[in-house]
Amino acid sequence: MDPRSPEPLASTSKAGEVVHIAGVDKTFVTGGATLTTALQGIDLDIRRGEFISLIGPSGCGKSTLLRVIGDLVAPTRGSVTVNGKPASRARRDRDYGMVFQAPVLFDWRSVEDNVKLPLELMGYDGARRTARANEMLDLVELGEFLRHHPYQLSGGMQQRVAIARALAFEPSILLMDEPFGALDEMTRERMNQEVLRIWERTGITIVFVTHSIPEAVFLSSRVVVMSARPGRITDLIEIDLPRPRDVETREQRRYFELVTAVREALRRGGADTGVVEPDSEVGLASIDRTIAEGGIG
Amino acid sequence: MTSAAAASPGRVTGASQSGGRWMQRFWYYLPAVIVFAGTIGAWELIVRNIDLRGFPLPAPSDIVGALGENWAAGRWPLSKAAGATLFEAVGGLAIGTSLGVIVAFLTARFATARELLLPLAIGASAVPIIAFAPLMNNWFGVLSPLSKMMIVAVLVFFPVVVNVTRGLTQVEPAALELMRSYAASEWTILRVLRLPNALPYFFTALKIGTTLSLIGAIVGEYFGGSNDVLGRVIVQSASALRFDVTWAAIILAAITGIALYLAIVATERAVIPWHASLRSQEP
Amino acid sequence: MATAGPIDLRARFSPDEAALTADAAGPSQSRRRRILTFAAFAIAVLVLWEAVKWLGGVPWRFENVLGTGLAIDHNPPFRWALANDLNLPHWFSILGALAAPVQRNAELSLGQFLAGAAFYTWREAAIGFLVGALLGLVLATIFVHSRLLERAFVPYVVASQTIPIVALAPMIVYAFGPNVTSVVIIATYLTFFPVTIAMIRGLRAPDPRALELMRSYAAGRWAIYQKVRLPASLPYLFTALKIAATASIVGAIIGEGPGGIPDGLGRAIINFNQQYISGPEKLWAAILVSSLLGISFFVVIRVAELVVLRGRPGAAEG
Repeated sequence: MDPRSPEPLASTSKAGEVVHIAGVDKTFVTGGATLTTALQGIDLDIRRGEFISLIGPSGCGKSTLLRVIGDLVAPTRGSVTVNGKPASRARRDRDYGMVFQAPVLFDWRSVEDNVKLPLELMGYDGARRTARANEMLDLVELGEFLRHHPYQLSGGMQQRVAIARALAFEPSILLMDEPFGALDEMTRERMNQEVLRIWERTGITIVFVTHSIPEAVFLSSRVVVMSARPGRITDLIEIDLPRPRDVETREQRRYFELVTAVREALRRGGADTGVVEPDSEVGLASIDRTIAEGGIG
Repeated sequence: MTSAAAASPGRVTGASQSGGRWMQRFWYYLPAVIVFAGTIGAWELIVRNIDLRGFPLPAPSDIVGALGENWAAGRWPLSKAAGATLFEAVGGLAIGTSLGVIVAFLTARFATARELLLPLAIGASAVPIIAFAPLMNNWFGVLSPLSKMMIVAVLVFFPVVVNVTRGLTQVEPAALELMRSYAASEWTILRVLRLPNALPYFFTALKIGTTLSLIGAIVGEYFGGSNDVLGRVIVQSASALRFDVTWAAIILAAITGIALYLAIVATERAVIPWHASLRSQEP
Repeated sequence: MATAGPIDLRARFSPDEAALTADAAGPSQSRRRRILTFAAFAIAVLVLWEAVKWLGGVPWRFENVLGTGLAIDHNPPFRWALANDLNLPHWFSILGALAAPVQRNAELSLGQFLAGAAFYTWREAAIGFLVGALLGLVLATIFVHSRLLERAFVPYVVASQTIPIVALAPMIVYAFGPNVTSVVIIATYLTFFPVTIAMIRGLRAPDPRALELMRSYAAGRWAIYQKVRLPASLPYLFTALKIAATASIVGAIIGEGPGGIPDGLGRAIINFNQQYISGPEKLWAAILVSSLLGISFFVVIRVAELVVLRGRPGAAEG
């Protein structure tokens, strides 16, 4: 075990624990014989109803960790338990909602039908599908855009549809992979507010990958700070800002202190070496390609 | 998938002022119309006033006349010939497309098949497949429409395989992750994601196929066939020095080609309207 | 994945950037793999071919196999019309026919004759190809710089792709006579249309920011054309040239065949088709040589593409 990776700071009761990650390593084979260690010695417990952010420099494996939790990437070593069962079981039980950096809406479906997609796959009947889709689109304030097609919406609106889709089947965990990374700063702050409102109303557990320090501090109950090469957890910072949080939260003294704390934790982890990392998730990209070219099989 | 199409303000404003859009279109296409009218006019004038002895270029008015006279009667009933050629082309298009789609599904399903077949299907575009037409004539009967359908089917087959395979396999990686997070089966992923994703590729293949199907049918007929088909009419009327009929047949072939193409485009717009925004960016 | 679409071959401007992203090890490995799979496929086809003959062909007897004095008799269990010696000759008889004299008592072998015919056809196609490509390049350049001319003429160039323009081939032969000129004209216009369309796209392909950058240097039209538009258009040009290479061969064969030009492959196909009953192998051999000619011309253009576009992302694919 890596001595630098700390024990989970807040030891939680088993009942309040949604995700339990123990001793997870992940190595990718990249370009023939080269091994890339994306994750090393990851231990992490996520409590029910928590908003937890994973932050770190490019290539620190935060997206990989998110995918390990969601059983989209299998860990090389270690175990992931979700709701008391293995992650693969949890995925089959449809415990996860996923939101990616790109909205990944299907062009050929209307906004409403995009939200209904998981409900169709999970065998909801027609009336419940419509009811849930309407409810979710109202939740993200896109009730009027039911019949629109994705290309008719702005980037921020598309991402809100993606969130509605992820929440539609009431998963117990929402996994968000830099969901607002492609949006402009103003839209991003609005979306942050939106996602907090949804989190407070639904009480869902959110795991949120970001490379924005203010975003992580503003949203989270805890921030997981990671370092690159190999990717590991270097710090866990409790965000004790009062809730509900709003525009004024960003002006509080405590907010700036926490932003500074996260920044310094990142620096201790070797984040600002001044080296421009190559593509953030080399291993992941190759995995994606494998999936994409894997054909139907 | 959607991000490229998201910013197309032109569509929104265009819809609100459709009256102005027609005028805009008129001015846009005016030069093309002038060129068309000018070409036809100059052609007519030149042929009427200069002796083009031995040059097989009748005046446009003579060609239109020949089209009318030979529409249903005479030695070369053009409408019947066009109908027969269209039948061969569409029949071959149907056979080739069906086989191509089946093979594309197998190719997309099995990685080994894809590695083996896809480069070959791409490479097949380098083969002058039309040279096989005499073989098809020998196999399926020179007078039978089936021989022309088979050469058309072979021509159409390869672009369909290549395009549909691409459509089935080149889906957004994140969309696959999304489906996996739903624990969706491969069959579900095929139905919900890969099939709709492949539709635009399929229509691209069909559009390539329409042109190829007419080329295949007509050129197959050049190598022999029953008398009442466009290819034979072109060859026979030309050797009888009835170039007005030849040109009428060629123009009929062109019109058939454009009509077939437009039929596919109309079907495409009806079946995948959501793709229209992407398509409008192409020249 | 072989993505041949022009969209994927969009040119970069900085050669350094291109060099960074190009995969150094991948292409040669995948090429070797491709050659191997192709060889495996070719062998599979030949085996399958003989398997069909073995199952449903006509009885055969080979005397003195490979000089061993042994004779092989075979009586296929089925009789399929498609597999008889007229419809599907043994592939080795086709190869054998290439070595045999083209006609009784002729000095020339069929192989030599067809090679000569292929060269004749290729010469016609290649001349037309070059003229058509140059014409397409010049016209696309004009259209890209003049919106009015583009609006006036380009719709017809685009429409040409939806109609069977190859149907015009016999008319060209009637107009200009059964000679090389006619076939060159056919190959020219079959090349010209796709090249024009591709080059209009290609010359418009540069990133608008690259054009703005050039304007910030106060670069003139010619400098922009030479430094930005032309390099950016090359992947599009080669995509069109590969299509046109085959199209020009097809055009030449059709011009020669029904048009009645005696020396090329097109006429050979027509002649051997008429002699099919007495020697089906000859037609098969002529078609085989036509296919090889098409593939060879394609490969020549492909190699030129690899050389010209080397170092660019995606250049090794498709």
